[in-house]
Amino acid sequence: MATSNQTRNQHLLGRAGFGIDYHMLHRLDDIAPHKLYKKLEKASAATPQVLDTVSPFVRQALNSEEEDGETPTMDADARKAYRAEQRRQINKQSNTDIRQLSLAWMKEMAESEAQLREKMALFWHGHFASRVNNSLYQQQLLQVIRENALGRFGDLLRGVSKSASMLSFLNNQQNRKKKPNENFAREVMELFTMGRGHYSEHDIKEAARAFTGWGFERNGAFVFREKVHDDGVKTILGQRGNFDGDAVLDIILQQKQTAQFLCTKLYRYFVNEKADEQQVAWLADRFYKSDYHIGELLHDIFTSEWFYEERHIGARIKSPVEYLAGIRRVLPMTLHNEEVMVLLQRLLGQWLFNPPNVAGWPGGTAWIDSSSLMLRLRIPGLIRSDEPIKLKPKGNDDVQMGQKELLPAGKGKARKPGSSYQIVAQIDWPALEKELNKSGQEALYDKLEAFLLQTPAGSADKEAVMKLVDISSEERYLQTLVITFMSTPEYQLC
Amino acid sequence: MLIQRRTFLKMGSLATASMLVPKMLQAIIRNGAETVPAGNKVLVILQLSGGNDGLNTVVPVRNDIYYRSRPVLGLQREKTLALTDEAGLHPELSFFKSLYDEGQLGILNSVGYPAPDRSHFRSMDIWQSASDSSEVWQTGWLGRYLDEQCKACNLPVQALEIDDTLSLALKGGLQKAIALKDPRQLYNNSHRDYLKRLSQAHHQQEHEQPVDYLYQTMAGTLSSADYIFEKSKAKATTTLYPKTELGKSLKTIASLILADSNTRVYYVSIGSFDTHVGQEGQQARLFRQINEAVSAFTQDMKDNHRFEDVLLLTFSEFGRRVAQNASNGTDHGTANNMFFIGGGLKQQGLLNALPDLQLLQDGDLRYEVDFKSVYATVLNQWLGADDEKILGRKMSRLSFI
Repeated sequence: MATSNQTRNQHLLGRAGFGIDYHMLHRLDDIAPHKLYKKLEKASAATPQVLDTVSPFVRQALNSEEEDGETPTMDADARKAYRAEQRRQINKQSNTDIRQLSLAWMKEMAESEAQLREKMALFWHGHFASRVNNSLYQQQLLQVIRENALGRFGDLLRGVSKSASMLSFLNNQQNRKKKPNENFAREVMELFTMGRGHYSEHDIKEAARAFTGWGFERNGAFVFREKVHDDGVKTILGQRGNFDGDAVLDIILQQKQTAQFLCTKLYRYFVNEKADEQQVAWLADRFYKSDYHIGELLHDIFTSEWFYEERHIGARIKSPVEYLAGIRRVLPMTLHNEEVMVLLQRLLGQWLFNPPNVAGWPGGTAWIDSSSLMLRLRIPGLIRSDEPIKLKPKGNDDVQMGQKELLPAGKGKARKPGSSYQIVAQIDWPALEKELNKSGQEALYDKLEAFLLQTPAGSADKEAVMKLVDISSEERYLQTLVITFMSTPEYQLC
Repeated sequence: MLIQRRTFLKMGSLATASMLVPKMLQAIIRNGAETVPAGNKVLVILQLSGGNDGLNTVVPVRNDIYYRSRPVLGLQREKTLALTDEAGLHPELSFFKSLYDEGQLGILNSVGYPAPDRSHFRSMDIWQSASDSSEVWQTGWLGRYLDEQCKACNLPVQALEIDDTLSLALKGGLQKAIALKDPRQLYNNSHRDYLKRLSQAHHQQEHEQPVDYLYQTMAGTLSSADYIFEKSKAKATTTLYPKTELGKSLKTIASLILADSNTRVYYVSIGSFDTHVGQEGQQARLFRQINEAVSAFTQDMKDNHRFEDVLLLTFSEFGRRVAQNASNGTDHGTANNMFFIGGGLKQQGLLNALPDLQLLQDGDLRYEVDFKSVYATVLNQWLGADDEKILGRKMSRLSFI
C-alpha cells in the first residue's frame, strides 16, 4: 500500500520538527512533502532572537571586574570569602535563570514556526553537551547553536569551541603551555568531529598544545592568552606547523572522516537508528563537498525518496523533550504552569542544559525504562485531569550545594518535588473539534489514529483502546479517545 | 512470543504460591521465565549522594593533622565511638559500632580511582558506570550484570531501585532494572487494566521493531509490579521501621527478601551529603536516619535468619577535602571509605589502614583501593557473576566475602 501524503508529512514533521500542529490537521493530505519541507526551510531562515533569561544580578556580577565589590582594605582571607560567597550567589541565581532558559526554549519548540531550526538546535545541544551552572555562559552557547544550527558546521564548531561554556566545561582554562590539559582537545576530536579510532593519542597531545591559551573572560568573551600558548611546532593528523587552535579545527575539517562521523550521527537521529552505509556515504560526500553546509545536508535527507520509505516511518522513539513539545503542538492547550516542564524533563531523562555527561544523551531505547515509560503513558491523562504527579526526580548536588530542593510550581508557589505537583493546563477541545470536521464515531477513530500514531493502523488494539474511551457523549468520546491514543506505546514513536 | 508473554503474565500469581510448589517444578519455572542463578544471596547498595565526609565518619582520633586541618569540625576522640585505639566512629552511628563489635561490619578505607573528578554528577557517573575517569560509558555496572545474568529473563525484577527514577548504575545495554518507590503505586495505577489489555493484544513482529521494545518494557513493568506487590504483601515484615524515607525503603526491601523475591540487587539512595556549609548538623541528621533504618533492617534479617545471605554496602561519589572550609563545612575531595554489613563477611572490622594524612595530593587523600576491585569482588564472590566481562577488565579481587 502506498504511503499517504498525510503519513509522509507527519513523518517529515515528526523528524524535522516537533510534530504536527493541530491547525494543520485538515491540510496534511493536500500538500506534497517536498513543498512542506520548503516551507519549513523558509520559516527557519531568519536569525533567531536571543532567548534572554540571564538575571541582572548574574549579568552585572560577570560583567564587572573581578575586584568589583572588594575593597582594597580586605585582607586575603576576606577577599577569598567574598569571592566564594559571590560564586555561591551566581551559582544559585544561575540555577533559576537556566530553568527559565529551558522553559523559553521549550516554548519555542512548541510554538515557533522555525521548527527545523529548533529541532536541529536540540540535536546540537546534545552533540555539544555542556553542563555548566552559569546562566550567562549557557545562554551564550545556546545562541551560538541556534544561530548556526542550519549554517556551516565549521562556523558552529568554531563558535562552540570558543564559548565560555565549553571552554569551562572541558577545562581549557587550565590548558597551559607548561601544564597542558588534554580534555578539550580530546572531546573536540572524539565527540565533536571525527569519532574514536581516527586519531592517535599523539594527535591529541599535540592538539592540546595548540589549544593552550584559549580561554574566556568573566563576561564570557573569548580570549587568547598568548603568554600561556605553546607556539612550538606540532604534528597533527600528519600535518606539521606552528599550529594554533583555529588551525587545528581547520585540519580536522579537512578530514573526510569528520563528514562521515557527523552524517552517521545525523542519519541515526533523523532517519533510523540503524544507519544505512550507502546512504550515509552519499550524504557524507555531498556534505564534505558543500563545505559542511548543514542546511543542504538536511535538504538532501528530507527530500530524498528513501527518507519516506515505510521501514523508517514510526520507527523512532521520541526523546522526552520532543515528546513534551509534540503534545503542546498537537493539542490546543494553555499550560498555566510551564515550570512543570522542567520536572517532566528530569523525570523522563532529558533535562536540558544538564546532559548526563560529555557525550550527551544516548537516545533510542535508552530513553525508555520502566519508570520513564509508565510516566509517559500517564502524562496525557495528567494534562486532562488535576491528578498530582507525585514523583520525585533525582537531586542535583552540583546545583543544590547541599540545600533542600524546592521547585517552582507556578504562580509564585514552590513545592517539594514529589508532592502535589500538577500539570495545570486547559485544553481547548472545541478548537480541536473544529479542525477535525464532523464525522461519525468509527470515522473519527480512524482519523485520530492516523493523526496521532505513526504505526500501521490497528497496532494499538482497538478493543483495549475502547475500554478507556467514554462514549456517553460526542465531546467525551473525542476527548477520551485523543487522550487514550496518546497514552499508548505507539504514541512514543514518530 | 505471544504465548510466552501470556504464560509469564500468569507467573505473577503462580510465583506467589511458589512455597507450595515442589522444588523441581520451581526450578523449571525459574529456568523458564525467571532465570536466576542458584543461591539466594542478596546485595543491598546504599548510595550516600552528595559526597559524604569520610574523615568525619571514621575519625582518625590520634591524628594531629586531622585536628589541625579541622579546628571546628574535627570530632574529639571522646565524642566518637571507639573502634580501635586510632579510629572512632561518628557518634550518630551507634548501631554500626555494635555491628563492628559483633564482627558484622567491614570498613574499607581510601577507596577511589585514578584521576578523580570533583563534579558530583561526573564522579557519580564514574562510580555508577565503573568507567575510567577519562572515559564515558552509557551503561551501569549493575545494568551490565543484568545483561550477563538475565539474557532470557522475562520478569526483570532481578535488580530493583527504590526510587521514582532509575539510576545509570542499573541500566544495561539490553536489560534495565525496575525503579519504584512503592509497590502499590503501580499496582493501583488506574490505567493498569487498560495497559495490560493493550499489552496482551500486541503481536510481536517478525523483525523486532522499536514498538516491540516498548511493549516488552511495558509488559515487563506491569508483571514485575504485580510480582513485587504480591511478594511485598506475602511476608510483610512485622519489624518496626523508622518512618523516614530510607526506613520505608529498607522495609520494602526487607519484605521482598523475606518473601524470597527473585531480586538479587536492591539499590537505594540517601542525601544530600554535600556539606559545604554547616556540616555538623546535616551529616549528623543523615547518619541518624541511616543508623535507625539500618538497625531495623539488620534486626529484621537476623530475626528471620537471612542475615547470612545479605550484603549491604555503602558508597559515596567522593570524600571531602581534609581541611575544613571557611563556612564550617568541607569541599569536594577524593578517596573515601565504604562500609560492608552482613552475616557472611569473611573479614571484619577495619579492612585496611586509615588514610595517610601525611601523604596527601594537593590537600586530598590518595586512593589505595580502586572501587572497581570492590565491584569485582561483589560480582564474583557474592553474585557469582563474570566480573571481568561485566567490568571490561580484570581487577584484583578482595577477600572480605
